[in-house]
Amino acid sequence: MDERHQDQGIVLTEEQKRRRRARSIAIALSLGVLVVLFYLVTIVKLGPGVLNRPL
Amino acid sequence: MSLIGEGANFRGPVRAEAALAYAEPSAAGVGDYLALMKPRVMSLVVFTALVGLAIAPVHVHPVIGFTALLCIAIGAGAAGALNMWYDADIDAKMTRTAHRPIPAGRMMPGEALAFGLTLAAGSVAFLGLVANWLAAGLLAFTIFFYAVVYSMWLKRSTPMNIVIGGAAGAFPPMIGWAAATGGLGVEPCLLFLIIFFWTPPHFWALSLYRSEDYARAGVPMLPVVAGDAETRRQILLYTIVLVPVGLAPWALGYAGALYGLTALAAGAIMLVLALQVRRERRPAERASRRLFAFSILYLFLLFAVLLVEQGWGGLIGRVAA
Repeated sequence: MDERHQDQGIVLTEEQKRRRRARSIAIALSLGVLVVLFYLVTIVKLGPGVLNRPL
Repeated sequence: MSLIGEGANFRGPVRAEAALAYAEPSAAGVGDYLALMKPRVMSLVVFTALVGLAIAPVHVHPVIGFTALLCIAIGAGAAGALNMWYDADIDAKMTRTAHRPIPAGRMMPGEALAFGLTLAAGSVAFLGLVANWLAAGLLAFTIFFYAVVYSMWLKRSTPMNIVIGGAAGAFPPMIGWAAATGGLGVEPCLLFLIIFFWTPPHFWALSLYRSEDYARAGVPMLPVVAGDAETRRQILLYTIVLVPVGLAPWALGYAGALYGLTALAAGAIMLVLALQVRRERRPAERASRRLFAFSILYLFLLFAVLLVEQGWGGLIGRVAA
């Protein structure tokens, strides 16, 4: 392994880059769904009580 | 043992300095992570949990119901991922499972382990917060039962592996019911028993024509350990128990006439097919294949009728009232 390759670390192939991008998009979508779910569940479980708190 | 090292070992020798310096880039695609969650098993889990949730005699807000089912589905996926992590060595030797992400070399075992543990913790915690902690506890126990009791212990040590391990697949209706009511009742226990007694004839029918696969992998399935004839006898015995258990919800007054008729007709067909399997001798496998295919329809029919009769019917009744 030469000095230059060591500095660069592992160089991803195009296929590996494509798969990493797909995984990143899937994680982003999953997080988006979770955000929406947390919001909906909060509203359903607490209802108007969400606003009913000491200021 | 580090997760990276474990993956490197599985996929072949890696130079020590390279393993220390860099983590190997993952070759897993999104589809591999989905496959890790065993989507077909997951669909059955979601369906049976939905029935447990729908027949419960309480109103569940659709958002809460949907989220509870999602948690149960993710929990089932977590159990599947942990199973594939632990069983990668067995999967690599069997034709049916050799293409799975880990034995195919597209995913490191550590990735599957981390994925499974994250999903397990997330699904249990979220179900506890959204529904209640009884349902979450049952989900946690189900994941533990499938991943540890079945995969790590029973599967490699006893031909009764799928009999006892089948309990893991029988819990979802109880989790669904518990998510809706916060407690347990006779109805979900009956659903548990139906799936519990359905599992052995279902899997042993499959193992009859996959026994070489199991023998090669060293899995002590009943046909490998006790032989073909004994497996066929056990299939018939469990089917004889399954038919009255399938009728029990109607006999005890928890289901209507439509369910009773369906359970009777489907049970009679199961019994006839099990008798045909009993009479069949190797290398013939047609009866075993037919029983395996019909057993899926049997379970689906019973739960679907229950869902229509008690779940949707009851739901419409509650809304109308």
